[in-house]
Amino acid sequence: MVQRIKFYQTGTLTVGNRLLDERNRTVQSTVDRSNSLTSGHRACQGCGEALGARYVVDAAMRASDNRIVAVNATGCLEVFSTPYPESSWQVPWIHSLFGNAPAVATGVAAALRAKGRDDVRVLGQGGDGGTVDIGFGCLSGMFERNDDVLYVCYDNEAYMNTGVQRSGRTPPAARTATTPPVGGGPGNPFGQGKDPALIAMAHGIPYVATATVADLHDLEAKVTKAMGIQGARYVHVHVTCPLGWGSRPADTIRLARAAVECGLFPLFEAEHGEITEVTPIRRKVPVEEYLRPQRRFAHLFRSPPDTEAIAAIQAIADRNIRKFGLLGKGDG
Amino acid sequence: MLRQIEGSRAVAEAIALCRPDVVCAYPITPQTHIVEGLSELVRAGQVGNCQFINVESEFAALSVAIGSSATGARTYTATSSQGLLFMAEAVYNAAGLGLPIVMTIGNRAIGAPINIWNDHSDSMSMRDSGWIQLYAETNQEAVDLHLQAFRLAEQLSVPVMVCEDGFILTHAYERVDMPEQEQVDAYLPPFEPVQVLDPAEPINIGAMVGPEAFSEVRYLAHHKQLEALDAIPDLAADFSRVFGRESGGLIQTYRDDDADMVIIALGSVVGSIRDVVDEMRDAGVAVGAIKIVSFRPFPLEEVRAALEGKKRVVVLEKCLALGLGGIVASDVRMALRGLSLPVNTVIAGLGGRAITKASLHRVFRRALEGELHDPHFLDLDLDVVDHQLARAKERRRSGPIAENILREIGLVGHKLM
Amino acid sequence: MFQIRIHGRGGQGVVTGAEMLSVAAFLEGKHAQAFPSFGSERMGAPVMAFCRIDDKEIRLREPVMEPDALIVQDPTLLHQVDLFSGLGADGYMLINSSRSFEELGLGEFVGRFRRENIATVPATELARKHLGRPLPNAALLGGFAAMTGRIRLASVEAAIRDKFPGRIGDANAAAAAAAHRAITAVCGPERVKDAQAD
Repeated sequence: MVQRIKFYQTGTLTVGNRLLDERNRTVQSTVDRSNSLTSGHRACQGCGEALGARYVVDAAMRASDNRIVAVNATGCLEVFSTPYPESSWQVPWIHSLFGNAPAVATGVAAALRAKGRDDVRVLGQGGDGGTVDIGFGCLSGMFERNDDVLYVCYDNEAYMNTGVQRSGRTPPAARTATTPPVGGGPGNPFGQGKDPALIAMAHGIPYVATATVADLHDLEAKVTKAMGIQGARYVHVHVTCPLGWGSRPADTIRLARAAVECGLFPLFEAEHGEITEVTPIRRKVPVEEYLRPQRRFAHLFRSPPDTEAIAAIQAIADRNIRKFGLLGKGDG
Repeated sequence: MLRQIEGSRAVAEAIALCRPDVVCAYPITPQTHIVEGLSELVRAGQVGNCQFINVESEFAALSVAIGSSATGARTYTATSSQGLLFMAEAVYNAAGLGLPIVMTIGNRAIGAPINIWNDHSDSMSMRDSGWIQLYAETNQEAVDLHLQAFRLAEQLSVPVMVCEDGFILTHAYERVDMPEQEQVDAYLPPFEPVQVLDPAEPINIGAMVGPEAFSEVRYLAHHKQLEALDAIPDLAADFSRVFGRESGGLIQTYRDDDADMVIIALGSVVGSIRDVVDEMRDAGVAVGAIKIVSFRPFPLEEVRAALEGKKRVVVLEKCLALGLGGIVASDVRMALRGLSLPVNTVIAGLGGRAITKASLHRVFRRALEGELHDPHFLDLDLDVVDHQLARAKERRRSGPIAENILREIGLVGHKLM
Repeated sequence: MFQIRIHGRGGQGVVTGAEMLSVAAFLEGKHAQAFPSFGSERMGAPVMAFCRIDDKEIRLREPVMEPDALIVQDPTLLHQVDLFSGLGADGYMLINSSRSFEELGLGEFVGRFRRENIATVPATELARKHLGRPLPNAALLGGFAAMTGRIRLASVEAAIRDKFPGRIGDANAAAAAAAHRAITAVCGPERVKDAQAD
């Protein structure tokens, strides 16, 4: 279903995009975007996930001539987009359970294949909890079978919908409801967590990418590219959660950018287990620039500050920079 | 065509005849041969464009089925025991969403203790999920019920479980009249979904429903089960028109017209019970049997009507509500409200213990004499039980119960039963 | 109803033997039921398989407790497992061995059975000779047919070929025919003639 948006509804993004060559304009900036996740949903002010999902789904629709079926795990996106009795989805959309979105997506793809509908594509969506924890078995199964599904994870680094509990994506030292920084501990322990993009690469699937709401053009481009490929594809999107991270709604994009520019969230693409593209950091910043504006890290910045923890986080960022070559070759 | 065939293979071929679009399953004893058979048939190109998905868990299996069915594909899966429990969340989800998935349960006991042999505890654990549950007595009936299941599921938009005794039926070679494709096509029309994920007409499935509407949605699911009480006999009647044999329905009775005592049971044990009924009749005892085919919806009216005028009923079941007694017996008692008639519960065959004609004769005799406690556990070794109770009393750290008992009965070498 | 119980070890084709027997009966228009004593799949563990044959539908579902015929595929089970449980004095017994009952230490024990109903047959050797592998199940079915007269050799051969394609089926059928000849010599041709007359 394609809905023509009034020009004034698209905002300054459209205005800005008019300065670009047509080929480089975002899907979101066009008046004939599918508006798959339309207005009226109940996301928080400044929600990175709502922003990311809008871009992802409309890009997927554009790439598939408006023929996708979306499968959603339980979580923030599912809850705020379908507040009983309304829905803001204008695409065929199914929500089954928390831990089975990749498997349900596999089933949708199988049904379409059985019916010879190779023109209809499948998009699976879930948060970090539903993707890397409870849905991990199903995700790995979908990867391993190379089912024709694009799975997008919106990673806000905790179980936000249920009240900000720790997930397998919660970063070290972060405060959550189940990793409170009491008793001398720094919040979420160091040395835990998993990297689903690297895990996806280990499955050797055709396409893996990390993306962020700080670079929406890049996000759309990666989704568009993924839609041009058959088989299992995974895009991991870093999305700010003002409520869960304790940040100002207006800082959503800024924080997402800081995560990239300090090295904590590397941007890369990979095909069949090999990295093919890395986005270099344009202006490296220390991790504090990313951590300070978030109340979930506030306990690191008391008097005296937890310099050990901050240094440990900086070491993680530096390691990423080295490992992925984020500052170009021959960097430190 | 008449074939001498393994039960599982017969079911696999029956499913293939139903022209499924998607088959997805995870291996678990004793359902494995069904799925293996289907994978072979699909690979050999004998099932059209059917997609066979090897999934990574039972939870994934039913989840794949949910996605597939919601996309308008005729979908099939199978499981048993622990696998059914592992997919429990999806079982309720599929029923709640009204998706016409057909699933075979190769009935097997649920652990702990881990046990691979037959009883009905697995399907019984999901009896309130909203799935229709049909129980097969023979491999012929297993084949027939799967055909009826697809039609029933799609007609009402509700998932259906076909239960057949693990090993006893799944792994038995016996004579089955396998249907022809033309017959199946005449009986089972193409799937016309009530709801389907289609870009041409987008809908959303799986929304949250609040207190304002949940009761109505649930009531409608209850109502659907009641509709099935009418649909099942109609489908069975139509089945016998197309295939020329009686199969399925809500209940079947055996020599119960002038019976004083009636035995009620589900599944393959009914076969042995028929033999015992004949032998007791030959000895002048007025006994009969009722086989419940549709356990969900439970045919309250039919059971009640069949028991009117009878003097005693024995419910023989392969399941147990721990701490309470019989599961089937409870439903039978509900059917009897108002009729005062003694009901004996016999718990038999748990974990695959053989139910022999000799034991059946003994217990039915005792029931006639009014000698049975309720519930009565058939062939229970009270010595073993007493020894364990004594062991537990003697010291705190008496060890795991199962291991203690196995050590006592000395499971070295091979015993017949 | 005629009930058969087969004893052997996992991996020896005991279950397949019972299945083929049921198919042979089916080919003669009879009802037959075959099933294993179920257990975890494990090579070498004692296993049993059962077969019932009848002219009418078989409704009974229990292990064969009182077999009319007993087939023992692996003689190493003889003094380990209670193989003979339920076998009546008129029962048939066929043991896979090149040794006699006396040599097997069963001389006194088999005294209670009818001599014309019991035999040993070197089925493993026949299998090795005809199909090059020590899988005695098909051969034993040929011997069973000869001993009991309950089933024709032709039906056994057809059931074997139904299960095993091409050369393997032929080889197994040949082993069955050889065992059939051997048992006919021991138990007498009259019984075999009765079976042919059905």
